[in-house]
Amino acid sequence: MGRVLHLAGKVGAVFTDSCRTAGAVFLLLGDTLRSMVQYRLRWDQIFEQMYFIGIRSQVVVLTTGAFTGAVFAAQVWFQFKRFGMESAIGPTVSIAMCRELGPVLCCLLLAGRVGAAMAAELSSMKITEQVDALRALGVYPTEYLIVPRFLALVISAPILTGLALVTGIGCGYFVAVKIFGVDGAYYWDNTIKFTDSKDVFIALIKSFIFAIIISAIACHKGMNCPPGTAGVGKTTTEAVVNASLCLLIVNFFLTVLLNALLYSN
Amino acid sequence: MLELQGIRKSMGGQEVLRGVNLRVGPAERVVVIGRSGCGKSVMLRLIMGLLQPEAGSVVFEGKKLTGLSEEEWNPYRRKIGMLFQGAALFDSLSVFANLAFPLREQGERSEEVLRQKVAEALRIVSLSGTEEKMPAELSGGMKKRAALARAIISRPEIMLYDEPTTGLDPIVADSINRLILHLGKMFGMASIVVTHDMVSARMVGDRISYLHEGKIYFEGTPDQVDHCQDPLVRDFVRGHAEGIGITG
Ligand SMILES: Nc1ncnc2c1ncn2[C@@H]1O[C@H](COP(=O)(O)OP(=O)(O)OP(=O)(O)O)[C@@H](O)[C@H]1O
Ligand SMILES: [Mg+2]
Repeated sequence: MGRVLHLAGKVGAVFTDSCRTAGAVFLLLGDTLRSMVQYRLRWDQIFEQMYFIGIRSQVVVLTTGAFTGAVFAAQVWFQFKRFGMESAIGPTVSIAMCRELGPVLCCLLLAGRVGAAMAAELSSMKITEQVDALRALGVYPTEYLIVPRFLALVISAPILTGLALVTGIGCGYFVAVKIFGVDGAYYWDNTIKFTDSKDVFIALIKSFIFAIIISAIACHKGMNCPPGTAGVGKTTTEAVVNASLCLLIVNFFLTVLLNALLYSN
Repeated sequence: MLELQGIRKSMGGQEVLRGVNLRVGPAERVVVIGRSGCGKSVMLRLIMGLLQPEAGSVVFEGKKLTGLSEEEWNPYRRKIGMLFQGAALFDSLSVFANLAFPLREQGERSEEVLRQKVAEALRIVSLSGTEEKMPAELSGGMKKRAALARAIISRPEIMLYDEPTTGLDPIVADSINRLILHLGKMFGMASIVVTHDMVSARMVGDRISYLHEGKIYFEGTPDQVDHCQDPLVRDFVRGHAEGIGITG
């Protein structure tokens, strides 16, 4: 009995803790949106962050997209050729890339790369009193530090996802047509016929929402870093892990929701 | 112009400040001394609104600041300058950008004016020509001086110095002391100087306050402090360790 209670207590503690953190993340998000409207946007900072996120993440994102498309096309070919369904490979690859693989994998990598960088940067500013120095100079940290990062990621993520989709679908085509000898014209024709703008829309809206999740969690973690250098490492790891998990869970609900909204009739 | 009334604050489960009262008049320089860990930095952070007290209030120019929201503090913070104990320069910005930061935030756009004001501020702290360096390339003492230059560049009405001369060679330390005096005389800038350095305390202080066990234990002019017969104050001023039981 005592053990059960102890366990229940632990589960309860984890639960209330998660709720508290989730609440704090939502408050931060609300504060970010408010600051975005209330203060003049710092475009120089936004562009600087976009350069870091957008341009510098391109290689990572393109590689992810390319190899995901390639491996998915190969697997689909292995299975579909048994049923003589080679002509369906193209649309299968492109729809899977658009609806799930592209946004999810691309944003998981962004969580690892950009989320970690945000959390590490903010938490080291926090522990070296730079955040306090900012406050002491009369600047609101949310407005100066978080808004540019948030906006930069929210703008960049859909663009990067789009790039990942293009390379993924392109590499899928290459693998299926050039390596496994599927009829190219047929492949392309079917891909275009069965992939519509809604699929692309799903990719973009998902990555947009994932970007919000990543930046909110990473910034929250960074701004609430415990003192000491060990805090920075812990914060960074937690930011990446939490953002990735949260992204995967939200993805499921988004899939269901978007399906209901877009394909209701 | 600045007044602390019965400030109480706990840090990490321990009550660090237990009812601090302190007044700083216009253009007055108050030195706060006290043992390491007694809560001097915490006190300065409370004045800046970086921490909120559990009881008591900070009153600045007749306005009670305690209880204001983070953003409502900002206009007042711009009138109060603070030199952090650890410098706290923005390490992603060059020295120039660090110094220009407060001016830019206050709406100064002209690059020429910025260049000139930054050069002037760096000259005052004897760091001329370091504009393009990054904070990581400066020594500890240089960082401190650059941070001092950043804090005074927008001529706040009152400056809070957290150990301005710690880690500086005696010559630069002397020049910083002179600078604190000079700023007071030239611009009527009031200041609170936290220090362990009794030479500096005697030189810059109109008044010296000894913070002990969360309260202002003793307050007086440098002369009064020097002639104080209280054993705690005497030991601190003369640098004796007898009071804490370590004798040689
Ligand atoms: N963020 C914090 N969390 C927990 N405790 C803290 C924190 N900051 C300060 N303290 C505690 O508050 C007390 C006062 O710290 P403070 O930094 O004000 O000392 P100080 O008088 O400035 O010392 P020094 O002269 O060494 O700088 C210390 O006992 C310290 O342990
Ligand atoms: Mg201190």
